[in-house]
Amino acid sequence: MQQTVAAGAAGLPVSGQRRKPGSLGDRIFEALCTGAGILVLLTLGGIIVTLFIGGLPAFERYGVQFLWSDAWNPVEDHREEYGALIAVFGTVVSSILAIIFAVPVAFGIAFFLTELAPDWLKRPVGIAIELLAAVPSIIYGMWGLFVLVPFVQMHIQLAFGEQLAAIPLIGFIFESNNFAGTSLFSASLVLAIMILPFIAATMRDVFEQVPPVYKESAYGVGATRWEVVRGVVIPYTRISVVGGIMLGLGRALGETMAVTFVIGNANRMPESVFDASTTIASVIAMEFPESLAGSLKQSALFALGFLLFVISFVVLATSRWLLRSRLK
Amino acid sequence: MSTATMGAGPLRSAPAKDMAKARALGRRRRLVDSLVRWACIAATLVGLFFLASIMLTLVWRGMAALDLTIFTTEFRPTRFGDDTLPKGGLLHAILGSLVQVAIATAIGTPVGLLVGTYLAEYARNSAMGNAVRFVSDVLLSAPSILIGLFIYQLVVLPMGGFSGIAGALALAIIVIPVVVRTTEDMLQLIPNTLREAVIALGAPKWKMITLVCYKAALSGIVTGILLAVARIAGETAPLLLTSFGNNIASLDLSKAMASLPISIYQQANSGFPDLIEIAWTGALLVTLGVLAINICARLLLRRKI
Repeated sequence: MQQTVAAGAAGLPVSGQRRKPGSLGDRIFEALCTGAGILVLLTLGGIIVTLFIGGLPAFERYGVQFLWSDAWNPVEDHREEYGALIAVFGTVVSSILAIIFAVPVAFGIAFFLTELAPDWLKRPVGIAIELLAAVPSIIYGMWGLFVLVPFVQMHIQLAFGEQLAAIPLIGFIFESNNFAGTSLFSASLVLAIMILPFIAATMRDVFEQVPPVYKESAYGVGATRWEVVRGVVIPYTRISVVGGIMLGLGRALGETMAVTFVIGNANRMPESVFDASTTIASVIAMEFPESLAGSLKQSALFALGFLLFVISFVVLATSRWLLRSRLK
Repeated sequence: MSTATMGAGPLRSAPAKDMAKARALGRRRRLVDSLVRWACIAATLVGLFFLASIMLTLVWRGMAALDLTIFTTEFRPTRFGDDTLPKGGLLHAILGSLVQVAIATAIGTPVGLLVGTYLAEYARNSAMGNAVRFVSDVLLSAPSILIGLFIYQLVVLPMGGFSGIAGALALAIIVIPVVVRTTEDMLQLIPNTLREAVIALGAPKWKMITLVCYKAALSGIVTGILLAVARIAGETAPLLLTSFGNNIASLDLSKAMASLPISIYQQANSGFPDLIEIAWTGALLVTLGVLAINICARLLLRRKI
């Protein structure tokens, strides 16, 4: 097909004398389209390069040390010092916790939408879940701050905090003196709700691509719905499901406003999930507008942005690679 | 997919010779099945509960300050509970958002359309096409605050300050991949026989694409544009580093410009109850707008296919 169109459009088989109709227009249009494609490549390249250049002074000053230094001291002129560890730790931990919260629920929704729901219910519920993805992140931030944070504070931390902290071995991750409610835990919950629709939608789409005959043969030997999903659907879609989860992880890593509202924005190492923390994106949002152009602080923030880009690029690229076969 | 790999323990130990055992097994399998089914229904209800909670909170708290002055006045400082002082509004933010979103859509849509065309009509399986498709997909999910940092380096620093045009450019970069995805998908759905028919009439390829393919894919392309508008209307993070926000209504693109999300952010964090109330009203407006555009986009797509 590609061949026939190309040959026809270039007017190749036509007799030599005839003026090729629109060949100039074709060349211009193709150049425009190709140019736009190159522009997209340049944009991504530009983002990498500008972030790196912006972060260069910080990288030069601290070297690799920047990666595992937990210092963040912008106040004192002569002793100002910056490191990425706290922000990177907060970003990774909050995103992974969000995935742990979101995946079971997303799986339940996808299972419900593909196998359980009656036809008349599938579309409205599906749209409602997708609308959850359309709500702007700042709304999640406000809702998180005024609704979820007080709930976490009163009904989780104050109600169960001591019991949780008494659990042997892992109890320490619940032990905290921070009762403000804005914490790593609240941020993970908000993130989980935000990435829930992305994971659920991907899972639903790949579940629907399982050939019906596979499922029917399992039903035919007497399997229950759960056994069909566990024995046929999940093994068949395993790779794409992981891809969908990675997509959610990629989203969670770079989420800014919602996290900024509820994480507490503390530049110190959290010792518990109920401690205030920070993420790369929220430290940029909080501190960048008030940093001076060309200052070391701004450079450190660019360097953090570069790290965030590298992390989320790897995650998103993996996700796309895993999803390539299914979501065509 | 043999039953041996079904993984479910009970199946493997199946045909039990003892009827009592078989019945117990059947009961257990049905029990597990119904437990999982109820858990899935519960999960769906949890998802719907969050949507309902967000919407109800928005309506409940957003209605309090919703009146005409929201649309007719600019930002006013807090009244400290003194109701004789004039109440502030969001005129500056609404204007700023409209201007920036309009410019971003005007810049991003043609570029996205051309890239989508390139992917679907010129480079379906070429290495270059795959690279562009990959990069566009990465941009689609890339952290938006990094796009803000990029525009900050590229536009804000050389211009010497935050500006509305920088905000619009940052949003335009977010528009492009959304439009690319839907345009490419929609063009791919067009049957090749249609293209061959147009070429057979002697039309050049660019006319085939612009006059026939675009027309056939129109509703899908418009859906993409609407989804892009809905996406950028609520974007906050990149604007924080580009157009920054402003307390007065201004159409000057070379100066810092207000926008609804930024105003919400600033007023919600101000700590004054009356300003927080206005932030909720802004949040209600943004969300209603974004969800309405989203639903329109979906309806449009369903009518066609």
